[in-house]
Amino acid sequence: MENLNSYLIVSAILFSIGTIGVLTRKNAIVMFMCIELMLNAVNLTFVAFSRYLGNLDGQVFVFFVMTVAAAEAAVGLALMIAFYNNRESIDVDDVNLMKW
Amino acid sequence: MLGAYLPILLLVIVAIAFGLVSLTFSSLIGPKKKSALKLSPYESGCEPVGTARDRFSIKFYLIAMLFILFDIEAVFLYPWAILYKKLGVFGLVEMGLFIVILFVGYIYVWKKGALEWE
Amino acid sequence: MDMITIPAVNLTPILPEIILSVLAMALLLINVFVQSSKKTYLSYISFIGVVGTAVLVGSGWGTHIESFSGAVVQDNFATFFKMIFLLAAGLAILIADQYMEREDCNHGELYPLILFTVVGMMLMAAGTDLMTIFLGLEVMSVSLYVLAGFNRANTKSNEAGLKYFLLGAFSTGFLLYGMALTYGATGSTRISVIATQAGQMGMSSGNILFLAGMLLILTGFCFKIAVVPFHMWTPDVYEGAPTPMTAFMSAGPKAAGFAAALRLLLIAFPTLQADWSQLLWVLAVLTMTVGNITALRQDNIKRILAYSSIAHAGYALVGMAAGNSTGTAGILFYMLSYTFMNIGAFAVIILVGKKGESNGNVQDFAGLGFKHPMLAVAMTIFLFSLSGMPPTAGFIGKFYLFSGAIQKGYIWLAVIGVLNSAASVYYYLRVMVYMYMKDPTEDFAWTKVSAPIALCLVLSVAGTMVLGIVPSIILQYAQEAIKLI
Repeated sequence: MENLNSYLIVSAILFSIGTIGVLTRKNAIVMFMCIELMLNAVNLTFVAFSRYLGNLDGQVFVFFVMTVAAAEAAVGLALMIAFYNNRESIDVDDVNLMKW
Repeated sequence: MLGAYLPILLLVIVAIAFGLVSLTFSSLIGPKKKSALKLSPYESGCEPVGTARDRFSIKFYLIAMLFILFDIEAVFLYPWAILYKKLGVFGLVEMGLFIVILFVGYIYVWKKGALEWE
Repeated sequence: MDMITIPAVNLTPILPEIILSVLAMALLLINVFVQSSKKTYLSYISFIGVVGTAVLVGSGWGTHIESFSGAVVQDNFATFFKMIFLLAAGLAILIADQYMEREDCNHGELYPLILFTVVGMMLMAAGTDLMTIFLGLEVMSVSLYVLAGFNRANTKSNEAGLKYFLLGAFSTGFLLYGMALTYGATGSTRISVIATQAGQMGMSSGNILFLAGMLLILTGFCFKIAVVPFHMWTPDVYEGAPTPMTAFMSAGPKAAGFAAALRLLLIAFPTLQADWSQLLWVLAVLTMTVGNITALRQDNIKRILAYSSIAHAGYALVGMAAGNSTGTAGILFYMLSYTFMNIGAFAVIILVGKKGESNGNVQDFAGLGFKHPMLAVAMTIFLFSLSGMPPTAGFIGKFYLFSGAIQKGYIWLAVIGVLNSAASVYYYLRVMVYMYMKDPTEDFAWTKVSAPIALCLVLSVAGTMVLGIVPSIILQYAQEAIKLI
């Protein structure tokens, strides 16, 4: 597969978009979606390498990343609901009871 | 190589044109008798209740979370199903263990009352 | 049709993990089927489980068993760290019940979550494949997010959980990207194969893919062990989380992060040692200094200990930057002593605190030395050890970390470490001044030392003192543990 580079570039771009999103967005759910974007960029990298190298380790890794991301999503949503129940907001600017 | 996509481009153009033409003509020549009933939003024939901008109940989130968890874990079943015959009894037992672990979670969720709607 | 032959699987290396997982699942079910508002019995069951597992883990000392085609290993390094995790979990379980009862959040799920965290940490220490390490890290982290936000009626705890979750998941992204690049550069996720590939193909800092992979993995771990500049979450999470969980979090997961990072850096990335050693030099200085200086300005005792835990991660990084046997053995020893002294200090904080997480400022310790002399003596020992004064465990640990740096030729690093250590005495001493030299403003009448907390305090004091007075036994174990690396 001669165009490994294009896959790597796409996933690097996706990863950067995700990172910038996490750093600039204020809504906890949108931030979490950006994190998911980062994880999926990583998945793309793994699959591209796996195809290029001709070994399956990378694809197996993707399976685990996917399932772990689901578990994280469930826990994250639960934490956001708990926060929302107390504060009526999921804006990270409202996560401010404790000072740096 | 791009020529292969020409039929698709044509189809897109035709589809857009058809939509525009039929919308324009029906609004130009169609009769207009407005009534309160006609202007109300279409809700599958039922009478609309309340606004469309209501918040979803938090209960949906709980169900959605549980769905994500159990749904995604099924991803491990696909590779196993493809190699089912080659893996034989060993694979069956391993997958049985996996399902048992998921089932423990299910029983916990059930007894905890997370599946009760009210 | 040819059957796939399954290689023989040896379950011995992951037997402790299996036992703890099964126990945790059983406790989950027991918790929902037994209707009882008291959850003390769950803490006893899980404590016994942890002690039993510790015996099993300890009996594996000196063996070297690889399993799952080299994805996990049972060696002295893993065994030493597993003992630290079990110790941290055991002590945390002892102090949890009374606190949770007082704060009205005594949900039985606490104990299964602690056990799952331990399983994750053990997999991190025993994992010899990037996949195993990643899974271990995630099992640990996901359980910890819940533990940090465990007191769900308390807004501070919510905030702690949410913050920890967002930044933790963010850092996981970096770690994973690093693993993907490393896999791409070497063609394997197995640490030993990565090492041989890198050695044969002469991959050093010239190979951008490999270097970037190492740097991103290191970034991910730096988040987890709270290294400056990735430390921002630590004080808030430590302050907001329920105190027993803060104690647990500062000891166990930090050690787990060091375990996995050490194994990766020393086995998978020795060809890049020149690069990561320099980098860790800078990070260690930053972490020690920022942690200590910020701690000087805090009043809340949980925040003081949070910043102090950042500083302590910095001291341990000194050993990692050195990367030689004295330094790395020093890390193992230091993590063990830190577990004793830090959880002990948090136990005292729990006893002095009142319902609703109040009474947690330094000023609230005024006169504790007169009202509860024993408690104050215990706290004094922990604080002495945290500040690194002889004859306590903290002194010996720092001594080894800094001698490692000197052997490696990092004289300045050791000097900065010692200066930092001296500066930290100020804020530890401040607590002692309040305990012994201020008149009591409180009667401390609410302070009831329940039997489990008393046991935890006795164990912590004994551990801190024994490690300080006769360190040679444990140091020998630590030396043997790092031999296999």
